[in-house]
Amino acid sequence: MELVSLAIRSIFIENMVFAYFLGMCSFLAVSKKVSTALGLGAAVIFVLTVTVPVNWLLNEFVLKEGALGFLGETFASVDLSFLRFIMFIAVIAAMVQLVEMVVEKFAPALYGSLGIFLPLIAVNCAILGGSLFMAGRDYTLAEGAVYGFGSGVGFFLAIVALAAIREKLKYSNVPNGLKGLGITMLLTGLMGLAFMSFMGIDL
Amino acid sequence: MSTETAEKAIDKKPAEALLSKRRKKLVTDPLVDDNPITIQVLGICSALAVTTQMQPTLVMAISVIFVLVMGNLTISLMRNIIPTRVRIIVQLAVVATLVTLVNEVLKAFAFDMYKELSVFIGLIITNCIIMGRLEAFALGNKPYDSILDGFGSALGYSWIILAVAFFRELWGSGTVFGIPVFDTISGLFGEDFSLATNGLMVSPVGAFIILGLIIWVQRTKTGYVEH
Repeated sequence: MELVSLAIRSIFIENMVFAYFLGMCSFLAVSKKVSTALGLGAAVIFVLTVTVPVNWLLNEFVLKEGALGFLGETFASVDLSFLRFIMFIAVIAAMVQLVEMVVEKFAPALYGSLGIFLPLIAVNCAILGGSLFMAGRDYTLAEGAVYGFGSGVGFFLAIVALAAIREKLKYSNVPNGLKGLGITMLLTGLMGLAFMSFMGIDL
Repeated sequence: MSTETAEKAIDKKPAEALLSKRRKKLVTDPLVDDNPITIQVLGICSALAVTTQMQPTLVMAISVIFVLVMGNLTISLMRNIIPTRVRIIVQLAVVATLVTLVNEVLKAFAFDMYKELSVFIGLIITNCIIMGRLEAFALGNKPYDSILDGFGSALGYSWIILAVAFFRELWGSGTVFGIPVFDTISGLFGEDFSLATNGLMVSPVGAFIILGLIIWVQRTKTGYVEH
């Protein structure tokens, strides 16, 4: 049950985009069409679900204070947590590369539609943010996996919804200075307002 | 937009003044006309989360200036020995090292600030402005120009997030840098007069709306229209 409520919390209440502003760059840049937003959203779900548990293992067995204890007495007090940023971003870059190769080999059709977005994901703040939050909040492996998946779904929902609104927005008369980024920021604010209504839910 | 500056910088003369016109442009262009946030739409990820108060925003701005200037310098010094195929990894490693440095310094000397900014210092790594400048400018230009370019872009980023933070703190908590402004004003007008703060400004929604409005004002002034 706890895992279900964690999933719901990470999708709606602590939505990556609306509560933490993570992944804004691709959120703004790739939300002009619903079809591309769907592709990027799916890729983000996938990469987050994979990288958060992998980084959990790395954090638990290599980086944490005393994590190297299994190597012997002398390593028991080693604290490598200052290497967190470099290791996490390296894992993410490597995982993205790996995912790209696997998808290209076994699902060429999917690769064709995701193609450009996969490498972009390595520098999406939502991915690194997911791993850093996982480490900061001391999740267990199962919780980490659920959290990764949930925040990916949250990003997916947000970007697809914004893309749908922006497709409709093409037909409206927006003031010159607001065109593009300006109106999108205001839209995101209004969507955030809607998502704020989830905050009252206590799970 | 960013490639433009990179191309302009190619025609160099043997002895250029330390602050020639072209070099001044490197610093001043990103402030308004080619602002990384409002025009290039980069680096919004970590920009908004810290802007509820002026103080953490200032720390964030200084951190980004440091990381971007040093990152640009480092990559520019190494630009001839980095193989193109692995340049992204090299850039990420350089940026991650610099960010770790900032993180450790904050942890040691300003622990409260470190707690408050939590993951957002780490997220400077994925700040698109930094990767964008390294990729578009530092890889093809000399170290001194790269420093100026990094400084300009980081300043352009800083003033926007400070402006957002100013309005969010003023309207959301009635203070500026922790100095109570609203209370002082209410005090001047006597007992019955008081200025109410708006809780929406502290929430993420306030950040989006304020930034949207700043972009509107700024683009109306510069006449930039996105199609």
